[in-house]
Amino acid sequence: MDELVNKRINEVLDGQQEAFEEIVMLYQNRVYYVCYRILGSREESEDIAQEAFVRAYTNLHKFDQKRKFSTWIFRIATNLCIDRLRKKKPDYSLDAEVPGTEGLDMYSQLESAEDLPEAELEKMETQERVQYEISRLSETYRPVIVLRYIEELSLKDIAEILDLPLGTVKTRLHRGREALRQQMMGNW
Amino acid sequence: MKRCPEHIVEQMHNYLDGDISIEEEANLREHLSSCEECREHMNELKETVFLFSQLEPVAPSMNFTANVMAQLPKQKRKWNVGRILRKYPMLTAAAMFLVLMSVTLFSSYGNDQQLSYTKQPNLVVDGNTVIVPAGTVIDGNLVVKNGDLRIEGEVQGDVTVIKGTKYMASTAVITGEVEEIDRAFDWLWYKIKTSVQNIFTSSEE
Repeated sequence: MDELVNKRINEVLDGQQEAFEEIVMLYQNRVYYVCYRILGSREESEDIAQEAFVRAYTNLHKFDQKRKFSTWIFRIATNLCIDRLRKKKPDYSLDAEVPGTEGLDMYSQLESAEDLPEAELEKMETQERVQYEISRLSETYRPVIVLRYIEELSLKDIAEILDLPLGTVKTRLHRGREALRQQMMGNW
Repeated sequence: MKRCPEHIVEQMHNYLDGDISIEEEANLREHLSSCEECREHMNELKETVFLFSQLEPVAPSMNFTANVMAQLPKQKRKWNVGRILRKYPMLTAAAMFLVLMSVTLFSSYGNDQQLSYTKQPNLVVDGNTVIVPAGTVIDGNLVVKNGDLRIEGEVQGDVTVIKGTKYMASTAVITGEVEEIDRAFDWLWYKIKTSVQNIFTSSEE
């Protein structure tokens, strides 16, 4: 698959724009689905995932063909998702890092979605409920959790996609999973 | 109530990530078998993970690819010569052939200033003028180059005058085509035409 993708990439770099179509078709489902689980909205995910591919096209000359294209496109897409999540936040000055939390800022201390009353939660289907719990995760943990459990990627791949040290990925995964456990088991 | 060591929870997560040594896993199992609270914790984590596996994929819209393609920046059409050459090898070869050939032909058009004509019996040459005398019949094509041609008799074939003028008396008869060439382009066309004709004639033989 990587060979075919690199062949198409070289065709695009050679001026054949139409060769990009096959690349989009090969990755659109995975990229869109990851965006959807991070953002929780079909419409937004459609926009962001499309933008990810457009950016990949305009920066294609920067792609290192010795690496996996999926890693690269996921990196672009998750960065766009994280930017989008940040923009949706109220404009508090919360960007300062909290001392001793290795890269976590005040955002990670906040839950991002409004809490629903217990009665509402009990009516939810599994699909809806899990998505709701993901959306309550802070944007620090959300991409790690989604890449791990939606894309089922290795910690190493996640570290590469998010441009984080492996240790940080592990910590965020542990804390994210712990947060989910508490959220879910509390009201299930 | 006793507090379990912190590394136990750490090991649970490492276990779920497949990132645990055999000794640590043994240690974890041993602890879980004896500690109900941690066993519960572990089960909740497993359940959480399990719920994720229940999620059903959501697909993008049908127009996804088309929308991406429509958003791509318009291509600057660079005339990538290398690509054209690779894509149309036959066209390239033909173009090269024409260029080289016209260079040769133009040079021969300019250089050659001497009178020359088809060697046919009965032709009379008077200075720079080739004459087909009255009453004679030239059997075949007649080409005169760098000179004039006066026809008083009959030519049973084509007549071509290159860089010269053709005079025809009232008695003149030409059965084939008549052509006067005095410009470089005509000359080129004439050369190409005759070489093609030659190719066909020789292949018919």
